[in-house]
Amino acid sequence: MSFFDEFPSLDRRGLMELRRTIDNEFRDFSREYGEALENFFDPLLQFLVGLEKLMISAPWPVIIILVGCFAWAGSRSKCIVVGSILSFLTIGYLGMWEDTMATLAIISAATLICIGIGIPIGILMSRYNRVQSAVTPVLDIMQTIPSFVYLIPVVMLLGIGKVPGLLAVCIYALPPIVRLTNLGIRLVDKEVLEASDAFGASPLQRLIGVQIPLALPNIFAGVNQTIMMALSMVVIASMIGVKGLGIPVLQAVSNQYLALGLMNGLAIVALAIIFDRVTQRLGKRLQKHGALDH
Amino acid sequence: MPNIGISIKNLYKVFGSNPNAAMELLRKGMGKGELLEKTGHVLAVNDICLEIEQNKIQVVMGLSGSGKSTLIRLINRLIEPSAGKILLDGEDVRSMSAVALRKTRRNKISMVFQSFALFPHRTVIENVGYGLKVQGDSRNNIKKYAKRWIDRVGLSGYENYYPTQLSGGMQQRVGLARALTTDADILLMDEAFSALDPLIKAVMQDILLDLQEEIKKTIVFITHDLDEALHLGDKIAILRDGMVVQNDNPQNILLNPASAYVADFMKDINRARILRVGSIMESLDSNLEGPTMPESTTLEEALQAFVNFPNDHAIIVNQDRQKIGMLTIGNLIRSMHRPDSKQIKASIKEEKLY
Repeated sequence: MSFFDEFPSLDRRGLMELRRTIDNEFRDFSREYGEALENFFDPLLQFLVGLEKLMISAPWPVIIILVGCFAWAGSRSKCIVVGSILSFLTIGYLGMWEDTMATLAIISAATLICIGIGIPIGILMSRYNRVQSAVTPVLDIMQTIPSFVYLIPVVMLLGIGKVPGLLAVCIYALPPIVRLTNLGIRLVDKEVLEASDAFGASPLQRLIGVQIPLALPNIFAGVNQTIMMALSMVVIASMIGVKGLGIPVLQAVSNQYLALGLMNGLAIVALAIIFDRVTQRLGKRLQKHGALDH
Repeated sequence: MPNIGISIKNLYKVFGSNPNAAMELLRKGMGKGELLEKTGHVLAVNDICLEIEQNKIQVVMGLSGSGKSTLIRLINRLIEPSAGKILLDGEDVRSMSAVALRKTRRNKISMVFQSFALFPHRTVIENVGYGLKVQGDSRNNIKKYAKRWIDRVGLSGYENYYPTQLSGGMQQRVGLARALTTDADILLMDEAFSALDPLIKAVMQDILLDLQEEIKKTIVFITHDLDEALHLGDKIAILRDGMVVQNDNPQNILLNPASAYVADFMKDINRARILRVGSIMESLDSNLEGPTMPESTTLEEALQAFVNFPNDHAIIVNQDRQKIGMLTIGNLIRSMHRPDSKQIKASIKEEKLY
């Protein structure tokens, strides 16, 4: 009966062997290719450093004006523009300007990377069912695996710093844009596609002229989600050496500084709300073809 | 011999996972019902042969499920045919490469859809110019031709509106203009006016007939509405279960239905409005004198004319005003009578359809 009482598991030695083998294999792998990988990601690091420097060294009124322009371009709403400018002024007044700029830099970089990688993958998924069935489980893993778990191999490979932080953010933030691009293209009206075919459009003409424009509202919902998820990773990324609003939050957690934690936390929230409102409005405007212009 | 615009030969379409295997079974003599039961394949178009005349309106008429929408999509290969030939200027659409097919769709065939299928993110003028844009035409040309057809279908001033801002009738005018802008010889119209309310539908039919006077395209017009078919068609092919049961001009279809199925279709039609005296006249007594009447007069108009005529007969003349026959009041009245089902059954030999 002992078979039913205790789960027939691998014995301790076997288990240890298994873990040790995997660890060693990966360690060897990271010793061998770690440097190559670091070199590979070097341009990314340069870009990130450059962007951060640019944003921190730029005169603050310029940034404020840019924020206002960004909010207006996306939302066409005075309310949102005023709100964004006020939030940034408050953030600066409370001494969080540099951290906010660093966070903005990594969020922007992560969003750009996710868009650059995610949209093409989403397009491929919508085009080929096989790609969809292969990529979907990967996206599921990326979204559900606890972020600390994939921080381990990332740190083993690339050490601590901006690039591994950026990678961690991207792994977490990539799925929504991929999913929603795929969904958006698949939801485009079949009849409209038929019309485009009937007039002799090539697959590329159909993609660029019809499918992507009609999928844009969904794609923008994906961008919105990606930005939100990237922001929510700021604190975790700061654990592996990414500068920004996450660092003071970590300090506050370990030292029980309530006010510091709250202020920086709320600054993250402010950024999130601004990005969310602006991209959502933009998505909505894209949906109403002409309805607002007449 | 009339010129043939589209020649369809033994065309089949089987829907299912393995159409080739299903085609084999059909060639061995399996029927449509058995095919569905044993293999789950649906035979939508069954051995259709149709010679579609150039510069004429060929109506394909059938109830839902008769395969008419499939048939029209086989012509430009939006649906891949399973067997048979579709010849345009002697070239088989089925054997075209992807590139050749695109070229044909760009230059030779255009299409109007039942639910309009306009591009919601493009303005009216961008929609109308889409065909030319796909061809890579210059911006100025696109604008020029698109504008011309927008004006022609009566939408001047709406160039920069979006489709959702227009009514159904206006949207379909855009659809029509979009199809005409590429100046393709062949125009496929898939239930183009079925989604419109009756009044707008009649207006659109008149626009189409009016345009056809000028553009003389080869038009394949799909419909389930018999009145529309009789109004528009130079020829009407009646489709049933994926087969053509009769293909003839409206006069002949009304006067000589090929089967009880066709006759039953026609029984509620107002014959006086469709039939023309040319198709019911009798041979001429050489020395008969009397008022004349062109052969294209409808029976309804003839009835009106007889009210003022002194005699009970009229001389029928053709376009060149030559006397070609005569019509008596008795003949006129007999022709207007709708045969009831019993008479139809008695008059038609092949009686397996009921």
